[in-house]
Amino acid sequence: MLEIKNLHVRVEDEDTEILRGIDLAVPKGEVHAIMGPNGSGKSTLSYVIAGKDGYEVTDGSITWDGEDLLALSPDERAARGVFLAFQYPVEIPGVATLTFLRTAVNAVRKARGEKELNTADFMRLVREKAEALGVKQDMLKRGLNVGFSGGEKKRNEILQMALLEPTLCVLDETDSGLDIDALRIVSEGVNTLRGPERAMLVITHYQRLLNYIVPDRVHVLQEGRIVRSGGKELAEELERTGYAEFGEGKAA
Amino acid sequence: MAAVPETVEQVKDLSVDQYKYGFTTDIETVKAPKGLSEEVIRFISAKKDEPEWMLAWRLDAYERWKTMTEPRWACVHYPKIDFQDLYYYSAPKSTQGPKSLDEVDPELLRTYEKLGIPLEEQKVLAGVEGARVAVDAVFDSVSVVTTFKEELAKAGVIFCPMSEAVREHPDLVQKYLGSVVPKSDNFYAALNSAVFSDGSFVYVPEGVRCPMELSTYFRINEKQTGQFERTLIIADKGAYVSYLEGCTAPMRDENQLHAAVVELVALDDAEIKYSTVQNWYPGDKEGKGGVYNFVTKRGDCRGRNSKISWTQVETGSAITWKYPSCILRGDNSRGEFYSIAISNGHQQVDSGTKMIHLGRGTSSRIISKGISAGHSSNTYRGLVSAHRKAVGARNFTQCDSLLIGDQCSAHTVPYIEAKNAHAHFEHEATTSKISEDQLFYCMARGLDEEAAVALIVNGFVRDVLQHLPMEFMAETQKLIGISLEGSVG
Repeated sequence: MLEIKNLHVRVEDEDTEILRGIDLAVPKGEVHAIMGPNGSGKSTLSYVIAGKDGYEVTDGSITWDGEDLLALSPDERAARGVFLAFQYPVEIPGVATLTFLRTAVNAVRKARGEKELNTADFMRLVREKAEALGVKQDMLKRGLNVGFSGGEKKRNEILQMALLEPTLCVLDETDSGLDIDALRIVSEGVNTLRGPERAMLVITHYQRLLNYIVPDRVHVLQEGRIVRSGGKELAEELERTGYAEFGEGKAA
Repeated sequence: MAAVPETVEQVKDLSVDQYKYGFTTDIETVKAPKGLSEEVIRFISAKKDEPEWMLAWRLDAYERWKTMTEPRWACVHYPKIDFQDLYYYSAPKSTQGPKSLDEVDPELLRTYEKLGIPLEEQKVLAGVEGARVAVDAVFDSVSVVTTFKEELAKAGVIFCPMSEAVREHPDLVQKYLGSVVPKSDNFYAALNSAVFSDGSFVYVPEGVRCPMELSTYFRINEKQTGQFERTLIIADKGAYVSYLEGCTAPMRDENQLHAAVVELVALDDAEIKYSTVQNWYPGDKEGKGGVYNFVTKRGDCRGRNSKISWTQVETGSAITWKYPSCILRGDNSRGEFYSIAISNGHQQVDSGTKMIHLGRGTSSRIISKGISAGHSSNTYRGLVSAHRKAVGARNFTQCDSLLIGDQCSAHTVPYIEAKNAHAHFEHEATTSKISEDQLFYCMARGLDEEAAVALIVNGFVRDVLQHLPMEFMAETQKLIGISLEGSVG
């Protein structure tokens, strides 16, 4: 289970708090959605779970399977099954996507005490997962995310998720920049990874994604706090009324 | 073989003072006294059993050297070198090394382990006393060296130590030695010409494609080349040769000053590919004790349609001063320079190339990737020039610098001269930093920080890596990671 308690976060060297006391619990086997307007702290939450530098946790805790995530470096978190699908995947010129995938898979396998995959086994695995996500072989040969379209980048993120087999998946605005076909393919990819051993946190601005990835719970994040939680119908309500209905005053 | 009588006389005449510094006739431990003089040069020449013309050549170089001053234009800083406080000759079996691996810098041993170097070879690289003998035995029992030599002889390729070539192939040596890098070319080239220890000599006859990559590795058991290496490679008409110099393993050396000279000559339609991996000891964390590497490398595309290609990976040495160049004399000849220069700690690199376009329709290509980390300084310095007759000369230059951390520096100093209106030169340069975002992305996928840096840098240098011979590529990728250890965080 992912447990976040009274999490307060600010950007290093800045006074303004971005997360102002988040409490959240995502049990294994469940998919929770975090919805909220721009600037509500959604991406910050995903970065802090994954361990990005530049954020200062001033109070509170994040544990995964009872282990304190905040004490671990990003790679150690990845080894323990944490995965962040980036909103803006980073370009690394000169590093072929395939090389990157293999390096990542073997780094994680090694850290988990599993045997590293040889080339043949790895290629078989990639081919199978890539096909399901409509990722072309040609794309795997190109530099990581270099010159990829928005849709290709997001598919590549989900492909990494499928290969690394994380147990805690955080998807940060995976729907942004996707046309309707790509959205369907990506969502299917995510849905096939749903399972009793896996917890997912789906962060999105729009309800649209949640038609495809149907959440068990929906939380509304506003100005650094979760102002409301509910079932999947909450997302639909939000779509009708807009975030304005969920002002700070009303939540109190 | 005995030294020429004249030299023996010279040696006898040396002062008693010099004698007490170990100037003995015992062949195993012999060492010239400190400092440079005509006597020392005569001694070196006699030790090598050189013919008269070679000695005269050395002495002439020495006379010229005496009138020259050290170049100071490079972006490197080091205390003034006292050239009379150095040894210019020590016999192959030197007795200055550590007694066993226990006495060797543990950091160095850790690196050997990471590169997967066998124990016996580690001893040789670390300069452990007596280790060379052991490895000789290992090598000699392996038939690969013998097979290698037989194959070359069948093709008519000459590949031997320079000292042997001076004795066995005097015509070729006299014709080509100093014809690309003249004795008085520069201060260090003149010094090398006067005192050069040994190096490789390669001659590939007309129309012969050398059947295998030639590598200094196969020469390791023959002779320690020492600090003043001299290499001469000649590809006769239509010949092809690929030469590999160096080793990915960091090489420990007691000699702080290295001043090598490499000359390449390509005749009509010939091609020479010269690859270097330089990983001399860079010094300790403060940069103390590292090698000063002042090298002159130059290729002469003497014939029509000839081609010379330099590929270098520079990761070692405290100071690197090195500009492998091409003189594009023959019409339609082509020069290439692919370079990866990595500096970390307190290393200083000033490296680049010169492409001198003399002939018509000559072309050249420069791809330079500089990576600076730690407190290091990394300079690309290059010259592209087209002379009046070099109509239709073309050059493309790309210089990319990558910075890791905020204590290092990168400089790019390109000189471009076109003396005719029909030359076409392009120059592109970029400077970038490894971004926090790239690092975080890799780490979020399970790579630790060092693996992440190594991966990103390997991507950055990819255009150059692919020009390395296959057997060097994988090793070099590993080496890049090791060179940058501790550069972040």
